[in-house]
Amino acid sequence: MEILQILLSESFWNATLRIATPLIFGVLGALLCEKAGVLNLGIEGIFVAGAMAGWMAVWLGFGLWGGLLVAAGVGGFFGLIHAILTVPLGLSQHVSGLGITMFATSVSYFTYRTALPQVSSPPRIEPFRPLDIPILSDLPFIGPVLFQQTAMTWLALFMVALVWWVLNRTPLGLAIRAVGDNPDAADAQGLSVYGLRFGAIITGSALMALGGAFLTMSAFDSFFFGMVNGRGWICIALVIFASWRPGKALIGALLFGAFEAFQVRLQTQVGAVVPGQIFLMAPYVLSIFALVIVARRAEYPRALLKPWFKGQR
Amino acid sequence: MIRIEPREAPSNWWTLGIPVASALLALLLAAIPLALAGANIFEAYIQMFKGIFGSTFAFTEMLTRATPLIFTGLAATLAFRAKLWNIGAEGQLYLGAMAAVAVGTGLIDAPGFILIPIILITGAMAGAAGMAGPAYLKTRFGADEVVTTLLLNFIILIFLQMMLEGPLQDPMGLGWPQSSPIVDAAILPQLIPRMRLHWGLIIALITAVIAQIMLSKSVWGFKLRAVGENAAAALHAGIGVKRTLMSAAIVSGAVAGLAGVSEVAGLRGYLTTDLSPGYGYTGIVVAMLAGLSPIGVVISAIFIASVFVGADTMSRAMGVSSYLADLVVAMSLICVLVGGFIARFKITRTDKGKS
Repeated sequence: MEILQILLSESFWNATLRIATPLIFGVLGALLCEKAGVLNLGIEGIFVAGAMAGWMAVWLGFGLWGGLLVAAGVGGFFGLIHAILTVPLGLSQHVSGLGITMFATSVSYFTYRTALPQVSSPPRIEPFRPLDIPILSDLPFIGPVLFQQTAMTWLALFMVALVWWVLNRTPLGLAIRAVGDNPDAADAQGLSVYGLRFGAIITGSALMALGGAFLTMSAFDSFFFGMVNGRGWICIALVIFASWRPGKALIGALLFGAFEAFQVRLQTQVGAVVPGQIFLMAPYVLSIFALVIVARRAEYPRALLKPWFKGQR
Repeated sequence: MIRIEPREAPSNWWTLGIPVASALLALLLAAIPLALAGANIFEAYIQMFKGIFGSTFAFTEMLTRATPLIFTGLAATLAFRAKLWNIGAEGQLYLGAMAAVAVGTGLIDAPGFILIPIILITGAMAGAAGMAGPAYLKTRFGADEVVTTLLLNFIILIFLQMMLEGPLQDPMGLGWPQSSPIVDAAILPQLIPRMRLHWGLIIALITAVIAQIMLSKSVWGFKLRAVGENAAAALHAGIGVKRTLMSAAIVSGAVAGLAGVSEVAGLRGYLTTDLSPGYGYTGIVVAMLAGLSPIGVVISAIFIASVFVGADTMSRAMGVSSYLADLVVAMSLICVLVGGFIARFKITRTDKGKS
């Protein structure tokens, strides 16, 4: 009965979409990199960097949209490093990605601590406000769920459509997929394998950074240490779960958001009986579980993790 | 045009020189953030140096910090050699620590020479179990171990909180989430009176030597390297790839578990959720800097520990954030990756007219 009440409440569905938003950005970003054949484990650190850089830009007076641009730029910068290490140098994508995560995280923490040496409570910014669209926001149920989200949620949903369209309906998308599946053939057709991979990794990393920026600029209004808390890794699991499809990635992120929103609400009702940590563990357990289910039939981009050098077969 | 060609065989000078050069370059690069933070760079390096070699105490503190890094570096080395990406040493460290606390806080009443081996073995077993799971999911279902071990780190840390607020909580601890103290008999003795340096270091060094011998001399080590270098060829040659991966996982996890036992029974004496400031992840850098050589791990762990201890001293003296140490560690990983590339390949220029 209580479960039904939760599922029917507007706040539950609103929270689902809100929790899913950073994951949507992150999954799309990881998906784009992997479609071009490069795993980007820098995602966790790029989330941190996006969260920090976006927040700090707003705090310094660049405005919210300026903050998003800064976050995307910083994400793209770390993507560029990852691209240099993994594409022309062909280094281990696993280790390079972890290196980017450590580098981006420590740069962000160091910058934050240097800019704000001693603050007892983290300074706040004025974050994105939920859009209040006339008429639509007042619709029963759909209004609060869909039309009282912040602009960033809408941006995330738009990005799903955009990434899907680019990957599946444009020559550019065909080229990216070709480079991720069969770089030799792509090269033979005159495509620039390096160029496309660089582009995909930088763009994908910029998207990841927007996911991080959502945390400090929309979900909360300040930056904390450890606030990303594994969201990046969850995105890496979700990409596999989504079979590298933007539409399925959206569904995966929403399912995840729904699960999170549901467990928080359930926790308040049965919290006395079950230790709260069980609920905290659940999203990570769920991710592993989802991974195990789909792993066997997962159709990885065929050239994923395989370095490719020009003029060398 | 620029062409990238593999070298015939990287010489010993390259394999030895690259990590050293990378580490030094990363230290030099630290001057950039130091300057941006407005610190006197020379003074900062002097403070760092003092923090490591300034006194016997400073030096033993550095070795104390190197101890868990040797274990986690070895854990990463043993797994990575088989191309098994164990990123879960952080979680396995805590599993080892939890096991040590579970049996070492009064469950068994025995003298030290019995109790210490018991907690080492249970801790190693717990760590091994923590890596056996992801390895099973990999070999049985094809689930990527990078993702599962990373996620497992978070699960284990939350599980630890649950245990420290439940069965493992110190009844005398005034409700703090910490375990009961390890009984005196199970404490790893100090190496030098009045210094925190403990027997964990000796155990770590022994583990490194055993790992080196196992990897380079034993049949198991041969299989492990064969699977890591070319799994398909290894399978063709009749090596049980899945079994080898499982055994690598178990050994790697066990060594990571020992890191937890050593920290809790040698240094802290009780378990809290901040036992490790990311030793599991830093172990990956240690292993890469060491070129995945167990003996090399000892040296690179000492380097990384020096960076941490030196940066701590420097940050206390000069007010620069101690996150500088993490920055240097991350940069040394990236430097050694690029350095490894330079060692393996040479970049040659081909003239435009000729091509």
